[in-house]
Amino acid sequence: MNKQIAIEMKGVTKTFGSVIANKNVDLEVYRGEILAVLGENGCGKTTLMNMIAGIYYPDAGSIFIDGKEASIHSPADAFSYGIGMIHQHFKLVDLFTAAENIILGNHSGEKYNISKVSAEVRAIADRYGFHIDPDKKIYDMSVSEKQTVEIIKVLYRGADILILDEPSAVLTPQETDRLFDVLRKMREDGKSIIIITHKLHEVLSISDRVAVLRKGEHIGTVNTAETTAEALTEMMVGRKVELNIDRPAPENVQDRLIVKNLSMTNLDGIKVLDNISFTARSGEILGIAGIAGSGQRELLESIAGLNPLDCGEIVFNRPKKNLPVSFYHKSLADVKALAAEGKFHYEDGSAVDFTGKTNAEIRALVNAGKVLFNEDDVMNLRDKTPLQIREVGVRLSFVPEDRLGMGLVGNMDIVDNMMLRSYRKGSSVFVDRKKPSDLADRIVKELEVATPNTHTAVRRLSGGNVQKVLVGREIAAAPVVLMAAYPVRGLDINSSYTIYNLLTEQKKNGVAVVFVGEDLDVLLELCDRIMVICAGKITGIVDGRTVTKEEVGLLMTKTDSDVKKEA
Amino acid sequence: MKENAKKFELPFHVVKRSTIPVWKSMLFRVIAVVAALLLCSILSLLMIDANPFKFIVTMFDGAFGSSRRIWKFAKDACVLLCIALAITPAFKMRFWNIGAEGQTLIGALAAVAVVIHGKGLPNWLLLVLMFLAAILVGAVWGGIPAVFKAIWGTNETLFTLMMNYVATGLVSYYLLLWTPSGSSVLGRLDQGHLPILGHEYLLLILLVLLLTAAVYVYQKYTKQGYEISVVGESENTANYIGINVKKVIIRTMLISGAICGFAGFLIVGALDHSVAVTSVGGMGFTAIMVSWLAKFNPLIMIGTSAFITFLDQGAAQVTSTFNVDSAFPDMVVGIVLFFIIGCEFFIHYQLKFKTREEAAIPAPIKSEKSESEGGNA
Amino acid sequence: MMLLDYILTSVAIGMTFLLGCTGEILTEKAGHLNLGIPGIMCIGGASGCLALKACYDLPGFLAVIIAIIAAILGGALMGAIYSFLTVTLKANQNVTGLAMTTFGVGVTKYVMNGMAINATRNYLYALKYFRAPFASADTGLKYWGIMMYLAIGIALASAYVLTRTRVGLHLRAVGENPATADAVGINVTAYKYGATCIGSAVAALGGLYYIMDYMGSMEAYKTIEALGWLSVALVIFTLWRPQISIIGSIIFGLLYLAGTRIPTLLGINLGMSATPLLQMLPYLVTIVVLIITSIGKKRENQPPASLGLSYFREER
Repeated sequence: MNKQIAIEMKGVTKTFGSVIANKNVDLEVYRGEILAVLGENGCGKTTLMNMIAGIYYPDAGSIFIDGKEASIHSPADAFSYGIGMIHQHFKLVDLFTAAENIILGNHSGEKYNISKVSAEVRAIADRYGFHIDPDKKIYDMSVSEKQTVEIIKVLYRGADILILDEPSAVLTPQETDRLFDVLRKMREDGKSIIIITHKLHEVLSISDRVAVLRKGEHIGTVNTAETTAEALTEMMVGRKVELNIDRPAPENVQDRLIVKNLSMTNLDGIKVLDNISFTARSGEILGIAGIAGSGQRELLESIAGLNPLDCGEIVFNRPKKNLPVSFYHKSLADVKALAAEGKFHYEDGSAVDFTGKTNAEIRALVNAGKVLFNEDDVMNLRDKTPLQIREVGVRLSFVPEDRLGMGLVGNMDIVDNMMLRSYRKGSSVFVDRKKPSDLADRIVKELEVATPNTHTAVRRLSGGNVQKVLVGREIAAAPVVLMAAYPVRGLDINSSYTIYNLLTEQKKNGVAVVFVGEDLDVLLELCDRIMVICAGKITGIVDGRTVTKEEVGLLMTKTDSDVKKEA
Repeated sequence: MKENAKKFELPFHVVKRSTIPVWKSMLFRVIAVVAALLLCSILSLLMIDANPFKFIVTMFDGAFGSSRRIWKFAKDACVLLCIALAITPAFKMRFWNIGAEGQTLIGALAAVAVVIHGKGLPNWLLLVLMFLAAILVGAVWGGIPAVFKAIWGTNETLFTLMMNYVATGLVSYYLLLWTPSGSSVLGRLDQGHLPILGHEYLLLILLVLLLTAAVYVYQKYTKQGYEISVVGESENTANYIGINVKKVIIRTMLISGAICGFAGFLIVGALDHSVAVTSVGGMGFTAIMVSWLAKFNPLIMIGTSAFITFLDQGAAQVTSTFNVDSAFPDMVVGIVLFFIIGCEFFIHYQLKFKTREEAAIPAPIKSEKSESEGGNA
Repeated sequence: MMLLDYILTSVAIGMTFLLGCTGEILTEKAGHLNLGIPGIMCIGGASGCLALKACYDLPGFLAVIIAIIAAILGGALMGAIYSFLTVTLKANQNVTGLAMTTFGVGVTKYVMNGMAINATRNYLYALKYFRAPFASADTGLKYWGIMMYLAIGIALASAYVLTRTRVGLHLRAVGENPATADAVGINVTAYKYGATCIGSAVAALGGLYYIMDYMGSMEAYKTIEALGWLSVALVIFTLWRPQISIIGSIIFGLLYLAGTRIPTLLGINLGMSATPLLQMLPYLVTIVVLIITSIGKKRENQPPASLGLSYFREER
């Protein structure tokens, strides 16, 4: 192998506010090699590469290109050094053809001639074995075609160092194989290729060397041929850290939510959930571990009724027959309405009739446990609207990518956000702000939300406080199933523990809690069972008390072939 | 180009403000208005040789100089306010209804049609029918673009704009039908007048103030108003929590059109007692400013409509006192609006001047996937 | 003969729409819905006429050129104000545009009325130069003056630039997806300013053409605003393509004059009242086109994707 250094990073450090994204990183990239940059979410892989691509500028340290110190202030600077980055989110104009996108922003003095560009694009495609029609519009393209356009765009501009940020995240396995063939051809052509990834099998199949990052630091670089998946996993996850999260033993465990053979294809035509089956139980926290983007978000949204499914069933099961009605899940108005529908009976089996009874009398009867349910709640949530699913008590707490997009309305104050889902209650044309206002006061006080008052727009709160408002609201709705995705992302340690305790509290109340987390240490100490998913498939459901960090780490990166072997 | 882009750098960069105290935002607006009026008075100095002080005094004189002027001021402000109230729910929903002009005009036309075809009916019955016809037709006029927007996403700005001219065309058509001489000037109708309550304009003013309160309550305290806010802020969220967005869009535009129709009814029943293609006189567009400047808050809109009416009437007084052209008010209003529109920038954004070190490093382009947020506890 | 005259005149009035429409297309391609176009067209007419009055003693052709330049400058100045407010200060485009129209119409009235008071040495002397080479024809041909060819030339040139040049590609990228354009190093602000100012200048010529060729009267400025709105409508009708707008403007011209011409042409008496109904046609046709394209959802026929939104790099 020709060991000529293309890029060398020395002591590179980057911080965002108080968060250290990269700390004193030294790294070399050679000509004619494929380097994999491996690490968990939030370990600083993308930030590090963005500094080479001119998106960020390092706070300290220097970058050398071909031995000379380079200062890369913008993507244009990066291009002048022959560096091109293909981001996860494509920057393409939908209405344009591939060729038009490829020359966009190219200011070379040449006369504009799109058919000449098309010919050049074809030449590049032929050379590396891409399949592309330069005159096809982007909006007609599949994700993999769009990625091809991005790669050719970089090559067309003459880049010989290519950085690909999780290129396979949006591809099918066949498309990934094809991409890897192309990358190998580029390597033979003398180009340096850096792929950012957290998929071990890809690292092993394509890279020459692997650089592992953990919590912003460069742990080490090894030759791919001389390492194993186990060794890389250990480098990636590190040793277990004790957190001392309180974990009481589950009580009154009942099957609450039974998911059977659930599959889902997203808008890009990629199968994001593949035959998922599991059971969430009351009085227990079920953790979901997995690399970000393995289908966690889609799974929760599917259960909440927000995604159309290919196939599968979601059975909500709540045995209530002959159990007393309580005001924990139901308001007085609800109870009266249900009684009128004939849903309750007394201990002696006679039908409940509240006509002629005062509210106080009804309360007394219910609180004494004399009013019982006629039937169990058993239903397939797949037939229900999101609203109906919420009404039976299945609560999706939040998806942080859209903290302010779906769960909350940024420009509204805390009180108005409290009633986002409850405002319909009652037959009045006016909204009732009294209860939401009380709830807002309670949440602000109990969860120590840092805000001037409850009439502050949620947009103005810090990330952690926004999360508290959201989780507080969802828990206040007395859920039967509570699903929380990355509830502690971006929170400081104290707030994180507040959230853990809240979830545990819910578990003690008999709620079935589903917790999607990204920090393995937390998952291992908080959850009773941990379900691991990888690329939309379940790779294992393990006991949270006995499993080790390495075992979970391996399941998270399990390849298709591994799964098949075991099966 | 690569090179140019690097060399040219402003000494500051623009940052979005997260919060601004109310007094400060009001201060910015006041500064903008004062600066604009200053510019106008300098212009008037150049054009009509009036000194700035006298210019301002004349403005006030024009709006509030006599009880007749005050009543006229109040009446004009209220009609403008009424139309602004109409478009406010739509704007709050981010539905750019710029068809208030047409919706009001068509409402006025309907009211006149009732009077013309209902000769001989008792006045109270006429008034009821006028009212119903006006709000119904106004609602239809507003509802048509909404239906297309809701179902097919048809661009509402352009659609409502076109509907204005269709309304104008219909008015011309009916005027020709109703005026045998073909003069297309409809004389004062002698029926269908709203009763006079003390002063000629008092009932109108009271009705509009009542409506202001109603729209304020509707937006702030009703479930429908709440739904409008949610749809306006984020359609995703609205879908997520089970709001039927299409229904809300159509319902809101029906209300918006109906209030416009009501404004048309007021114009016919209380003021003009007639209709012409110029009956609304551009107020449908001015109302957009009134509503937008007030941040869609009906109570503040009382102030903004009064302010714009003040400019209009004050400047009109300047034209007659100094014998300048009648187009002068339009120019003054235009200039003041430019300043207020411009000053919104300073309320929402902030200029941060770079220190020398910072100037060397360009502001980072925010990457789509910033891992900084992923810092674990 | 009457039919020919009808067609010739329609083509002529169509040029007003064509200039306004081409100007608006250029602006909208940069993602800015400029509802100030009617006001800008008025300003174009006013500044051109002011220049003509000042050039009373110069040779005719020179006066025409100076007037055209004045209209361009007037329009570009309005465009610059609009761009400053909507691009740099990120103000709401609808509100700013409407304020531009109020302001433009007001200034125009002021200027034109001022000139009408002193009517000797006014601007109409230049009519015969503007209407060259057919100034003495007695059909609609007399309106086929020099600015008409200029209008068609500008429309064709705009179509060429938009579809066949790098600048056009970049401009379309800015209007479709400014974040992407920014990421590949296109100066989004410069393109937005440039397109808006040039577009406004082109639209301003429409006002001048209308006063000094088509109408040739002191009262002409009063109707420009209505024509300006029709020009905005024409943009939708032609699906944001200047080459189609040449045909579209003629169709609009035919529709615009249909009310007065068709009854006499057919020798029938629809009654006066039919005229306003026929005059509604361009608007109704535009609404129908707007609806059909939105139902059709063909991507090429939609408004530029970022139309009406201001771009701020640091916002997600």
